[in-house]
Amino acid sequence: MNFTLLGTKLGMTQIYDGENNLVPVTVVQAGPCPVVQVKTVETDGYHAVQIGFSPTREKLLTGGEIGHLKKAGVDPVAQLREVRLSEPCDHKAGDVLDVSGFSEGQVVDVIGTSKGKGFQGVVRRFRVSGGPASHGSMFHRRIGSIGQRQTPGHTFKNQKMPGHMGSVRRTVQNLRIVKIDPAKNLLLIKGCVPGSVGSAVLVRAGIKAKAS
Amino acid sequence: MKAIVKEITQDQLKTDLPPFKVGDGVRVHTKVREGEKERIQIFSGIVIARKGSGIQETFTVRRISYGEGVERVFPVHSPLIDKIEVDRESETMRARLYYLRDRVGKKAVQVKEKRYSGKA
Repeated sequence: MNFTLLGTKLGMTQIYDGENNLVPVTVVQAGPCPVVQVKTVETDGYHAVQIGFSPTREKLLTGGEIGHLKKAGVDPVAQLREVRLSEPCDHKAGDVLDVSGFSEGQVVDVIGTSKGKGFQGVVRRFRVSGGPASHGSMFHRRIGSIGQRQTPGHTFKNQKMPGHMGSVRRTVQNLRIVKIDPAKNLLLIKGCVPGSVGSAVLVRAGIKAKAS
Repeated sequence: MKAIVKEITQDQLKTDLPPFKVGDGVRVHTKVREGEKERIQIFSGIVIARKGSGIQETFTVRRISYGEGVERVFPVHSPLIDKIEVDRESETMRARLYYLRDRVGKKAVQVKEKRYSGKA
């Protein structure tokens, strides 16, 4: 199983590593995540675990959620996420996962929702080069041609056009864990992760990490 | 910045720094690695800027070396800085002494700016 935790992005800073290099890091508060449900091929047709994060009050949950959590013997949590597995795992409902499942120097993938940028033109959204700024040019940040003539007679799919940008699920792969603080459930991950400060992220052991 | 993020770098901040400011003449002792050996290299000059805060804080030292102006930017809290000695103090009217870059000759290393000397 690729060990996975839910977390909150807390912000970025820099720290000195063991070789006196100043490393840019993102601070992520990850876990503790209780296992709420274990799905198997026999019961659900596929393998998965459902994990929770961020303690909350029972009053803020719906009746269905309360019953679901009670069944697993888990205190009320605000977030629930399912993690798909390729093979059965040995976790049971009620187990608690925390940052001790990761190790320093490990490569992880971080999944989050990118910052929303609103309605953007093609220059910002797709890095189209745009036109000249001056010398009588009246073509500044426009798209240009979006197709040919009677053949093919229509604009192709995926033509780069203005529209809504950001606020989509993004995965950043192969980020290295620089430091772990088990007392505060903190992960210090080198580089940046999607989303604004305070947004929910999912930290997973890197799927492309070379086995060492 | 969230307090918890600030806290992470707290133990890496130096507490034994001398209180140096912009305009001071300093000697920065830096650790230089040459293969297996480590030695101390000294860079002396005038502090012309201090920027940033916390672990991000840096300072710029300017000196005239063989007639050529040289500037180095050091992170204040870098473990590679062995120590910082202040050998000349001054009072400046500016937070950043970038005007020294345009000066030639003797004036390029003069920073003792004291407009309100004593009387005020």
